[in-house]
Amino acid sequence: MTRYLQITPLLLVLILFFIGPIIVIGVVSFWDYNAFSLIPDFVLTNYEELFSSGVTYTIYLKTLKFTLVTWLVTFLVGFTVAYFLAFHVQSLTWQMALFLICTIPFLTSNIIRMIAWIPVLGRHGLVNETLLGMGLIDKPLEWLLYSDFAVVLAFVHLYTLFMVVPIFNTMMRIDKSIIEAAYDAGANGWQTLIYVVLPLCKSGIAIGSIFVITLVMGDFVTIQTMSGGQSASVGVAMNNKRALLQYPAAAADAVVLLITVLIIVAVLMRFVNIRKEL
Amino acid sequence: MLGRRRSFIPLLLFFIFFVVFMYGPMIAIFTLSFQGPGGGLTFPMRGASFHWFFELFQPQRVGDFKGSFIRSLSLASIVMILTVMISLAAGLAFRKGFKGASFVFYLSIASLIVPSILLTLGIGLLFDQLGFESQWYSSGLGAHLSWTLPFGLLIMFAVFNRFDKSYEEAARDMGASPRQVVQLVLLPIIAPSLVGVGLFGFTLSFDEFARSLLAMGVYNTLPLEIFGMTTTVTTPTLYALGTLTTSISFFVMGVSFWLITWFRKRRSGQFN
Repeated sequence: MTRYLQITPLLLVLILFFIGPIIVIGVVSFWDYNAFSLIPDFVLTNYEELFSSGVTYTIYLKTLKFTLVTWLVTFLVGFTVAYFLAFHVQSLTWQMALFLICTIPFLTSNIIRMIAWIPVLGRHGLVNETLLGMGLIDKPLEWLLYSDFAVVLAFVHLYTLFMVVPIFNTMMRIDKSIIEAAYDAGANGWQTLIYVVLPLCKSGIAIGSIFVITLVMGDFVTIQTMSGGQSASVGVAMNNKRALLQYPAAAADAVVLLITVLIIVAVLMRFVNIRKEL
Repeated sequence: MLGRRRSFIPLLLFFIFFVVFMYGPMIAIFTLSFQGPGGGLTFPMRGASFHWFFELFQPQRVGDFKGSFIRSLSLASIVMILTVMISLAAGLAFRKGFKGASFVFYLSIASLIVPSILLTLGIGLLFDQLGFESQWYSSGLGAHLSWTLPFGLLIMFAVFNRFDKSYEEAARDMGASPRQVVQLVLLPIIAPSLVGVGLFGFTLSFDEFARSLLAMGVYNTLPLEIFGMTTTVTTPTLYALGTLTTSISFFVMGVSFWLITWFRKRRSGQFN
């Protein structure tokens, strides 16, 4: 009996603040609205407008592009960092200390970490001043800040940790003798990496990918801030509709986004058993 | 391993580059927050002062800093306590197993990875339609728990998967009641991990933006206030704010690590 009492608080929070809101969004996406209020109804206009507008497809394509580029960079960087920590750092104390250094930024504010790029990438920022000083450019690079480049850079800065942690976790479980066996059998470093280590990290990579992809797909604030309001994404579009009080339209957007994300996650979940990973 | 020696140096350099990439920009704004009164948003430093920190406490300049700061601290503290209690209870339940355990587990994971903008819109709408006013201590609290509890639960899973059951068996063999087993054996052993859960609960809530956006009601929490400032404030005050909030996160981390070491020492002391 106690076990059911023990799980009740968690279940209550999830019902009230996860299932409830999603049901409301599903319902409201079929409602009608005018300039002042929401009208309970069952209409398909919100979805019709969404799918008939060319902007929707452009925005989804743009969001997927951000997601793909961010995923690729965070994976390459995250895997390399985790690989270094797991296989090249010898003492456990050092491993844990360096791992901690990697995780600390995760516990600080995302917004502050975005703002922190201003003095580095701005028109008179460190990068531009250095390049000017070295005579490599004769006027400041404008695309460093408030651009798609800045958006991806910020995503990589914010979310690489979500790749490092699960990949490091799976790497630490790899039996070192398997790797020795690969070398003994004549494989070189690259072959061992590609044919032995990489497949064994599959589930860590999948978990990291789920985090990065869902975070980027649903992002609104990073794209808004780092592009200086010049780039669009599904999240930005939703927030704009919300700001115009077009809640049902925003809700329809949310439902389509949720389904898109669920499909991606369902595919990635085929590679992993989360409960076994912990 | 043959390949190790040759690839060690490039990998080490890559790692150092990564750490600089992670911390460099932060160090830049910490430095710049001590700009002299005539200084701007970028280098060079024009003198050094606490000018921009004092500016922070001038209410007319940067919105409701003090109020939002206190709200964020209070909310983070409440979220921390609830996250520890609820995650621990849920962790214990999962350990014993119950009907629908795997459903609840996947529900928690789903709550973690659902796009935040969707959830915050949903929570705002839910409260609106039920006729409740959105407040930081109601809808806002729920929004934060939907993010911190899954993390807490994942940590509890990791802890209990590694927990040696023979400690409990030994306690039972010596006649401890189920309550005593939890209080005197289980809790002291997992105490450091609970501190970790608390640390996550506090910092994730204190810095939470995405899920707070439409769930806080009239009064903003600090990250929302800072976001508003990113477009309106063009002085190093913004950096001073960054330095201040990050110091608080670091302070909480410091206290947590101290507590974790203390619990560990106490435990090893008892066993010797």
